[in-house]
Parts: sequence; structure tokens; C-alpha cells
Amino acid sequence: MKLTTQELLSCPSFSPVCGGEEARPVEGIYCCDLLSLVMGRAKAGDCWVTVMGNINAVAVATLADAACILLAEGMSFDPAAVERARQQGIALFRTELPVYEAARLVEQLGGGL
Amino acid sequence: MAALLTLHYDVPGDDFTRAGEASSDVKKKLKALGVDPEAIRKVAIAMYEGEINMVIHAHGGTVTVTVEPDHIQMVLADTGPGIPNVELAMTEGYSTAPDEVRNLGFGAGMGLPNMKKYTDDIHIDTELGVGTTVYMTVQI
Repeated sequence: MKLTTQELLSCPSFSPVCGGEEARPVEGIYCCDLLSLVMGRAKAGDCWVTVMGNINAVAVATLADAACILLAEGMSFDPAAVERARQQGIALFRTELPVYEAARLVEQLGGGL
Repeated sequence: MAALLTLHYDVPGDDFTRAGEASSDVKKKLKALGVDPEAIRKVAIAMYEGEINMVIHAHGGTVTVTVEPDHIQMVLADTGPGIPNVELAMTEGYSTAPDEVRNLGFGAGMGLPNMKKYTDDIHIDTELGVGTTVYMTVQI
């Protein structure tokens, strides 16, 4: 059974910001903050771990077909980003964990993915 | 044979909050047409990179997307400054984007390389002081 964005809700380290349209399978993890690199290298279905919480990050996640955005290091999403995510139906989470630890936790939850 | 669908968008310049609206709309419409998800992803990424380039460098422009039975064509046209050296601009990591753009997470010099990577054909017409038109095709 694959990890889904819905199951990330059950992890106390991750706070949901925006639920997303539907539970999506998390196929992998991608960590990066440069949006153009994310566009070129993230795979569809990835949980994207980043510190970029602006509206463009949501556009990138939508167009690159990421499963969700996990905003690390205690950063916050811009209100415009949350609104766009609601419109686009993409799930947003945030965490106080650093990027590496957040990504490792997703991997563990996904049984190594 | 007539195109299945033709879409036209104006991309406003210098407004990063609206960049991606056209690509998102195309993505939705292609999904409704039942186009293969990986082809949709390629179109969405290539078009968004093109939109961002027009916002950063050319004060906006227009995008026309034509869906044919076996391919999707995107034509991105602007009346910006033109590209002095297309070969250099196609090099990963080469960027002329200003610092405020880099602070948003763009300007990594991956725009045109990503557009090339995610399309089956790309052609760029550019003239200094006149503008740039980028033609991209994704097979479906």
C-alpha cells in the first residue's frame, strides 16, 4: 500500500495547510528551492520538500504534477499561495523540521517509498 | 485536418503572481480532452517556463496553443528585447535574470533548457529590439 497525502495528515510533525482535492499517492521525494530546477527534475507524484512558500511554488507544484508541497524549517506559505493551492487542489503541509529530516520522515512513513 | 482546439492567452508582464495561470488552464483543458498525463506535464512545464521568461525579460506577451490529433503546438510571442545569443541562452545555468527574480526561486538558467528538455521540437525566432517567438511541439 502506497503512502498518500491523506496519510501525511496523521504524522504529528506535519501540519496541514491546505487539504488538496483528493488523496494522492506519494511516489517519491524531491528536495530543492530553485523553482526551475524543480520544474525540470521533480517527478510526477513527488512530495516536494522546500522552503519556498510563495505563489510561484504552488504553480510549479501544480504544473510539475507534484503530489504535495511540504514546507520545512518552520517557514510559512504566503496567503496568496494558500489561496492558489485551494483553487488548484494541491495539498500543502508545513513542518518545523529541517529539509533533510522532513524528507527522511516522509520516506519512513512510506516504507522507504 | 482542423485543429481539435485552439487556445489564446495574454501573459501580463512583470506580474509573477499571475504567471502560470495560462499553463494551468491549458493543463485542465488537455486533461478534459483525455490527453496522456505525461504529455500534459511536458506541455505544462514548457509553457510555464516560457511564461516566466516573458514575464522576466519581455514585459509579457501572448501564448497560442493548438491541439492537433497527434501533437500540441505552443507559440509564445513577445515584443521584448530579443535574445542576443540563443546558443548561450540554451545553456543550463546561464542566466541574465535580476536578483529580485532569483529571490523568488527563478533565474537558475534552466528556463530554455527545460523547454527544450520537455518538448519534441523547439524553434526560436528572435531579433534584437523587436522580440522573440518560440515554437514548441509535444507529440501526443
